[in-house]
Amino acid sequence: MYVAVKGGETAIDNAHRLMAEERRGAPATPELSLDQIAGQLGLAVDRVMTEGSVYDRELAALALKQAQGDVVEAVFLLRAYRTTLPRFGASEPLDTAAMAIRRRISSAFKDLPGGQVLGPTYDYTHRLLDFALAEGGDPAPAALAPEPLDAAMPRVADVLGQQGLIEDNPAGDESPGDLTRQPLNFPAGRDLRLQNLARGDEGFLLALAYSSQRGYGNTHPFAGEIRMGNVAVELVPEELGFAIEIGEIAVTECQMINQFKGSKTRPPQFTRGYGLAFGRSERKAMAMALVDRSLRAGELGEDATSPVQDEEFVLAHSDSVEASGFVQHLKLPHYVDFQSELELIRRLRAGKEAAE
Amino acid sequence: MPPAETEFRRRWMGVLAKAAPAEIAAAWHRLASPPAYALLRRPEIGLVMVRGRAGGDGGAFNLGEMTVTRCSVRLPSGIVGHAWVAGRAPAHAERAAVIDALLQQGDATLGPEIDRLEALQAERRTLAARKAAATRVDFFTMVRGED
Repeated sequence: MYVAVKGGETAIDNAHRLMAEERRGAPATPELSLDQIAGQLGLAVDRVMTEGSVYDRELAALALKQAQGDVVEAVFLLRAYRTTLPRFGASEPLDTAAMAIRRRISSAFKDLPGGQVLGPTYDYTHRLLDFALAEGGDPAPAALAPEPLDAAMPRVADVLGQQGLIEDNPAGDESPGDLTRQPLNFPAGRDLRLQNLARGDEGFLLALAYSSQRGYGNTHPFAGEIRMGNVAVELVPEELGFAIEIGEIAVTECQMINQFKGSKTRPPQFTRGYGLAFGRSERKAMAMALVDRSLRAGELGEDATSPVQDEEFVLAHSDSVEASGFVQHLKLPHYVDFQSELELIRRLRAGKEAAE
Repeated sequence: MPPAETEFRRRWMGVLAKAAPAEIAAAWHRLASPPAYALLRRPEIGLVMVRGRAGGDGGAFNLGEMTVTRCSVRLPSGIVGHAWVAGRAPAHAERAAVIDALLQQGDATLGPEIDRLEALQAERRTLAARKAAATRVDFFTMVRGED
């Protein structure tokens, strides 16, 4: 039985007007500007850019404002917006070794060239609510060292890699696959896995990474290096034929190094997992690196027994836009489906009663 | 284009792209007179897929996109200027494309302008690097009892 349902238009319009009024909050309170969101809720902006997969602070701030701070909804808005823009091309791969470092730490090597640079971080804070912030007021200015950081800050894993104790990163295809252009098939290459994880929901990846630490696919990780700062984006415009810088973006990179006992073809050495995210997204980059390493189980000849090592399970469920869409579609009218199931239950019960 | 000229142009196009919009506007207003030019490709906003490398130096992968504005102009002399700048910045891209064309034409007043923009960018980078350097950890070793 098919029942055409009409009549919701006015209710929907009014629901959206009500939502707009609630989003605005008390009219006597000044409205949030995009500059305020981009400047003062910067880590939320970074997360929306990373998972929305578009680096544009202003757009991400607008998405957060429109979504009343609901990050997953904001990610959806940004993803929807990107479909309205043409694709001009692809950049040259970022050179993170040449990053203008704002933070760079290693939990594996104390004395690394360039030093341990804490940068802006919540690490080592006491996580006590700061009621002075509720009052407002300007903070003390940041301390300035007499000299800037060393210009050369080599990636830690590269330093140890030179001694063969850490695996080399395998070279790959220079025109990597693109999930936004082709459906994901399994087995996926590492290029597609990394793209999927970079866009993936932080909460999902964090939980998977945690599961791997608790024993569901043991990764024995060390944070070989975490670095955050600005990198130049270069591309080769067709009309020029040579690479030019088009700007700088902030990224966070995490190199996990993991114990590896060796296999028939490989000596015992440290292996690597890699995380890269837009902006200051350290937890995300760390979780991504752990999951990336776990997903290499097959390649490294390890038993894949845990969810985090199951490529199809991880990659098919990491995207918050797909996940929230499918979960939330249950809110749409299913009156006819439910009616038919109700009929079925009634008939089954009637049959059972008749038999008794 | 000879390699040296390509290198000059690479530099100024990068400097123009990385300049703050207000700095480009200021440079524009310092031009002797508003230059005549025609739009070959009006400022157009689109996306560029940003790529990374697995492990930083391995195989390439697609990280995510960024917004970019591009523009192309032609001077009355026939010289064509291009600009590609991060973000949604039509005015920035148009002005950068015109300045790119003027620089190719050998406009002598613009060299110092590029130097000035580059110096501002270096200043910002140094300031950020000094703030970061103030957070560098100086380890010291505790004297151990058994020694």
